[in-house]
Amino acid sequence: MKSLARLSQRTWWMIGGAFVVLAALLPLLNISIPGVLPGATYTPGTLQLLALSLLFACLALSYHLLFGTAGMLSFGHALYFALGAYGLGIVLKQTDLTLIPALGLTLAIVIVAAYLLGSLSLRVTGISFAMVTLAFAQAGNVLVRRNPGLTGGEEGLRLDTTHIPDFLVGVVNTRNLYWISLALLVIVFVVVAWFEHSRAGHAVTATRENELRVRVLGLRPFGVKLMAFVIASVLASLVGMLHLLLQSGTTPRATSADFTLTILVIVVLGGVGSRWGAIVGGIIYTLLDQRLTALAASDAIAGLPAILRIPLSEPLFILGTLFILVVLFLPGGIAGAVRRLGTGAQVTPLARKQLEEAE
Amino acid sequence: MSTIVLLLITGLGLGALYFLVASGLSLIYGLMGVLNFAHGSFLTLGAFAGWELARRLGGESWVTLIASLLLGMVVGAIVAAATEFLLIRRLYNRHIEQVLVTVGLALATVALFDGIWGTDPIYVTAPPWLSQTTEILGARVPNDRFLLIAAAVLVLLAIVAFLRFTRFGLVIRAGVENRSMVTALGIDVRKAFTVVFAIGGAAAGLGGVLASHYFGYVSPQLGGSLLIFAFIVTVIGGLGSLAGAAIASVAVAVLQQFANYFLGGTGDLMVVLLLAVVLLVRPTGILGKKA
Amino acid sequence: MTDSILTVSNLSASIDGQQVVESVSFAMRPVGVTALLGRNGVGKTSTLRAILGLIERSGDVTIAGERVDREPTHRIVQRGVGYVPEDREVFASLTVAENLRLAERDSSPNRELIAELFPDLTQRAGQLAGTLSGGQQQMVSLARALVNDNRVLLVDEPTKGLAPLIVMDVARALARAAETVPVLLVEQNLQVVRMLAEKAIVLEGGRVVYDGSADYLLGNEALTKELLGVA
Repeated sequence: MKSLARLSQRTWWMIGGAFVVLAALLPLLNISIPGVLPGATYTPGTLQLLALSLLFACLALSYHLLFGTAGMLSFGHALYFALGAYGLGIVLKQTDLTLIPALGLTLAIVIVAAYLLGSLSLRVTGISFAMVTLAFAQAGNVLVRRNPGLTGGEEGLRLDTTHIPDFLVGVVNTRNLYWISLALLVIVFVVVAWFEHSRAGHAVTATRENELRVRVLGLRPFGVKLMAFVIASVLASLVGMLHLLLQSGTTPRATSADFTLTILVIVVLGGVGSRWGAIVGGIIYTLLDQRLTALAASDAIAGLPAILRIPLSEPLFILGTLFILVVLFLPGGIAGAVRRLGTGAQVTPLARKQLEEAE
Repeated sequence: MSTIVLLLITGLGLGALYFLVASGLSLIYGLMGVLNFAHGSFLTLGAFAGWELARRLGGESWVTLIASLLLGMVVGAIVAAATEFLLIRRLYNRHIEQVLVTVGLALATVALFDGIWGTDPIYVTAPPWLSQTTEILGARVPNDRFLLIAAAVLVLLAIVAFLRFTRFGLVIRAGVENRSMVTALGIDVRKAFTVVFAIGGAAAGLGGVLASHYFGYVSPQLGGSLLIFAFIVTVIGGLGSLAGAAIASVAVAVLQQFANYFLGGTGDLMVVLLLAVVLLVRPTGILGKKA
Repeated sequence: MTDSILTVSNLSASIDGQQVVESVSFAMRPVGVTALLGRNGVGKTSTLRAILGLIERSGDVTIAGERVDREPTHRIVQRGVGYVPEDREVFASLTVAENLRLAERDSSPNRELIAELFPDLTQRAGQLAGTLSGGQQQMVSLARALVNDNRVLLVDEPTKGLAPLIVMDVARALARAAETVPVLLVEQNLQVVRMLAEKAIVLEGGRVVYDGSADYLLGNEALTKELLGVA
């Protein structure tokens, strides 16, 4: 049994590795998937979308660490994404630092902020924790909107490219950003996997199930939870920084509660508790969102009667509805469904239990 | 002095709105352990229903105003009860999934409202008296504040009376304390779930129509922006406590008004700070039970 | 099995994924008090909770010959099960009268019986149950079960933590109830068991290791010590 599990795990890593190699080759290939991608894989528009989907996969993975592994239902994860994006944007604009020192400075700010806010939020658990994280994120949202001089306010912040290396600027270099996004995904995946298999990771998983037992074992649940919180926040901020470079700017939407909810939706769609699920969820969500937006603007929709046209022209309506259906009828999300197909067995109760333990 | 009176009464008015949202949230959480993210949509839908009615009947008349308030309540109650019955009930006792369903519903409904009514604010008309002011201790207080406060007080009294004097109220009070023991007495507590959703939805729907007069417009974002403060109010007041929600609503709104005026528009930040302080000193909130 | 009011077979139950009852089987006769005994941690309380569906369970449970193990708790109770939980579980923020009113299922509840058995509660009808003493709370909990006509009572440690004098009151009320309805009693206080129970069922590792006269079991010190770990 054990060797089988180990073997299958190694197979998974190999499949993952093959995907990474394939993904790395995409900008050099001419593959068209009509209906899914807007153009051939070497075109900047498609690479932009693919890079974006990789970043959402990273973000979903970082949230997986928080929610799936540590069982902390945060409604403020977007704050750390935004802290990365706005932090780097502001540092680049206000100082003469070049990219790498600016990244370092932003990272330091994020670590301090995540440590302070995390220690405060973790004084409560469950729904109260969710509410506190939501409130802190909301405060961030207010700060961004109220300080247009620094953050660009409602208009958003444009990326100041003065101190950014040339190979990261401009449409022709989109593929470089794509490769960096891919590298970030690999890094985030390895960090998350490493943490889950570390002593702290086991402790935090045990905390999710039974806090008392962890205490009895002489571990401090608070410490390992805070560690997971800070790591997840730092990873999210890295995604935010790269997102800033990729989109040449950022908007207040990055700080909104809706954005956190979007990440939550992605993780649940992919399958709570599954790393692969989070990645697949992130990629599918981004592509779906983009295609649904294109669909909403299409002539086919414009010609429909109002009762069909209105809902179909709102991508978020379709995604929200899809999400409800997944929660109701597909426990374990995409990963759960795949596992069920693979084994032929009903793992529904297991997936359900995972969700419940996350509570 | 007049400034302080104005801020105080405006704070009470805003607190009334928070309470109309938070009362339902708190009851639902207290009984069912569900944090209802769709609550803002009940409010928004109530507001739009009220506006649609006023648009047809002419917004200046008092009859229209009262009819739109009632319609908002009814629409809120029906939609909320349907939400519980069709979505929440299927996930009995699976709290995280219940929360997730309400998250999905909130996202989907706001998008739907965008599609139907557009994303821009729609300005509402009201009886002229509401936009006039009354002088109290030298302060010129907009009259809509009084309507808000009166409505919230009525709702508070009605909910308290319902909880105290009806069988459902008895079941709800007992269920907030110990739900499994209620079922162990042979009571189908799920019926009470639908009832609290309907009550919460009615209060939110009413709050929606009132909010549209307080802010002067309706928009798909109306509910979501109030919901966040209602969440904060619910946590500060103590999850599941109606009295706590009432006290915290007023405290949060008054603090917000004063900070906005005296501390350079920092009202929202002060509210978050208050939340942090309350959680540090008393993690269960003002009147919350032990976790 | 038809002469049993309550049967349990292969009943297993878990709380938060931890198994607390492991394939328990027994049958309970439809008269008098049956004591459900066993060493600490054998899962007596959990067995009662599993019968009622208050915790996740699998296995067969019948009440008066009908399968109930797929029904929700309130349906099972509506079939005529009175439950007096461990630690009483009165609603602290409700008055005594409200606690009783909440429990009334029948169209003609036994209010006179309650008034007669627990005169104290009638006097304190308007008092919040949370402000009562432990003994008084136990009276409320018992009264909630006795206010309806039941087919079986499940009573969990009714004398736990009570003063000796009040233990006798509780025992008297239970004896009175047992005249009309069979009682399944989980009880640590063997003196109370001796007083009330005719039958005893002893669980060990899910199996019934003794099913017979309570007097015989408790009269035999060696047997008691072997099965219950106490004298």
